[in-house]
Amino acid sequence: MKETAVKAYRAMEMARAFDTKLSALYKAGKMYGGVFLGRGHEAVAACEAVFLNKGQDVYNPFIREQAGRCAWGESVLESARSYLGSTSGCMRGRDGNIHWGKPAEGMPAPISHLGAMVSVVAGMIMAKRMQGHSGMVGVLNIGDGTTSVGATHEGCNVVAVEQLPIVIVVTNNQFAYSTPNSQEFACKSLTDRGRGYGFTTHECDGTDFVQTLTTMQRAITAARNGEGPQWVVAETLRMCGHGEHDDATYIPAELKAAFAERDPLAVARRQMVQHGWLTEAELAAIQEECAAEVQHCMAQAQKEPTPVPSETDWSATSWKPSRY
Amino acid sequence: MSVTYIDAIHQAMAELMEEDSKVFLYGEDVSGVFGGAFKATKGLAERFPGRVRNAPIAEDAIMGLAIGAAIGGMKPIVEMQFADFGILALNQMCNNAAAHYFRTGVPVNVTLRMPCGGTPGGGPYHSQMVETLFAHFPGVHVFAPATVADAYYMLKQAVAIPDPVVFLEHKYLYRWLKADTWLDPAPLPIGRARIVRPGRHATVVTYSAMVPEALKAAEELSATSGYHIEVVDLRTVKPIDTDTILASVARTGRLLVVSEDFPWGGVAAEVVARVASEGLHLLDAPPLRLSSKESPVPYHPDLWKAHRPHSEDIAAAVRYLITL
Repeated sequence: MKETAVKAYRAMEMARAFDTKLSALYKAGKMYGGVFLGRGHEAVAACEAVFLNKGQDVYNPFIREQAGRCAWGESVLESARSYLGSTSGCMRGRDGNIHWGKPAEGMPAPISHLGAMVSVVAGMIMAKRMQGHSGMVGVLNIGDGTTSVGATHEGCNVVAVEQLPIVIVVTNNQFAYSTPNSQEFACKSLTDRGRGYGFTTHECDGTDFVQTLTTMQRAITAARNGEGPQWVVAETLRMCGHGEHDDATYIPAELKAAFAERDPLAVARRQMVQHGWLTEAELAAIQEECAAEVQHCMAQAQKEPTPVPSETDWSATSWKPSRY
Repeated sequence: MSVTYIDAIHQAMAELMEEDSKVFLYGEDVSGVFGGAFKATKGLAERFPGRVRNAPIAEDAIMGLAIGAAIGGMKPIVEMQFADFGILALNQMCNNAAAHYFRTGVPVNVTLRMPCGGTPGGGPYHSQMVETLFAHFPGVHVFAPATVADAYYMLKQAVAIPDPVVFLEHKYLYRWLKADTWLDPAPLPIGRARIVRPGRHATVVTYSAMVPEALKAAEELSATSGYHIEVVDLRTVKPIDTDTILASVARTGRLLVVSEDFPWGGVAAEVVARVASEGLHLLDAPPLRLSSKESPVPYHPDLWKAHRPHSEDIAAAVRYLITL
């Protein structure tokens, strides 16, 4: 477990360092549009993706899964490129911020419409199954808000009916933008929803690194071994606004206080040392390396060319009729 | 021995599956001995085990799964039971599939078959034309065949094109439209309209089930008034073959566009706008449109017949056009 834990922890530090840099650039007015951070989601994201194999599996991170993207094996350079619209990046300024992916490598580029990617991941896994592959798994992130969307319901039901090896991770960060759980759903627990679809369900404290790591391992292994779709509900708090434009004043002070000691990064650092996986000095070294890597990647992306409208191929289809 | 429009669609799907193991069929009730609400897929489940798959009633997820499968290298053909229900897949088609190539550089090879248009007793939710809705978004091609041979060749071409294609099959034509064969010694390429009847007094541009109505009107006008009407079948409403339309208008000087869709906006408006902006000097009279009424499609056959354009309405509109 040590190697996996270190890899996941490193992804968490990288994501936190990247978020810190993004926030600073946003406040300096150097970003286009919104900036969306994953503070509070790092353990969930890193621990789900660390068990995946690029080339075999499908991973669909969304708005707050920068740590998952890192654990999946993507450099923060790609995220920086997406935010800055670099033509060296995979979205080439045509889409941006968290909406980037490499579909051919098993990481789709999520659209904004919540829930829409559930069935897309189902289709990507179904394609592998129809092509005779086995042992693959698809991991998809949704949040408490996304569980309310009709597309989510349709997609989850299809996953269950087809018995696809998919793990749906519901990160309950207590707020869908500004809407609290109490106004988002009325079932006792979001775990009930997974059970209702026919998934095997798991729960974890998404701020507890080790608990999250073992829960994700159990769920992903089960899906990989043919035990059908798995549903993981991870509880955490969004420790930032919906985006950096949002000061999140609607989050009650008591709730913030209740999570004050539960920052996933702080918990993970403590647990890495407690388990003897890393020393304090090694933690500090990793943090320094991540900060330097983020600095380097952001500087690199800032130097790269941005799209030139007159040189852009505006075709929306690959097959081009003589005229539309 | 004659074949019908739906026979041609069935034959095209059987050949597509025979020729390419990546092709599969997905939709409600398409599998088993049932073979679809209109029996277009009957017998195919037995012939191609595992490749004709029933879906739950989940139009959004059906389309989403097909998108994912296409990203994963498959070539899904989706059947919506009725085009009216396909509206529930509009988000996946237009925001996800259609946007995908421009955003990521990866085309989504999905063919969305939708039985459209009115039949007696169909009512508001089993009768609508949806080409305008789908064609509005960049990144999608929209086909609306009006002949048995076009139904066959254009479905094969739809799957051969790597982009999302909306394939609108008119229910009225399914069994009413017959031909000796679906084979055509010289099938037209996608993007070319067909002059189905040459003429010199006026041009009628139309598509789908309005093509036989326009031909009937042209015959009646020829027999009763000596007017020779040129009938242009668009075949694809996106792309629109503007060159063929303009060439026809150059010969006749008069234009009527007939559509079974609702009047506001749409293909008829688009054709008139193109001719007005690119060929105003070719016109001897204002270009006219004839569409269904600005009300939901009614249930009772008498109301329905009055709601949609009919050959007599087309003939009357042409007579008026010629007086202008």
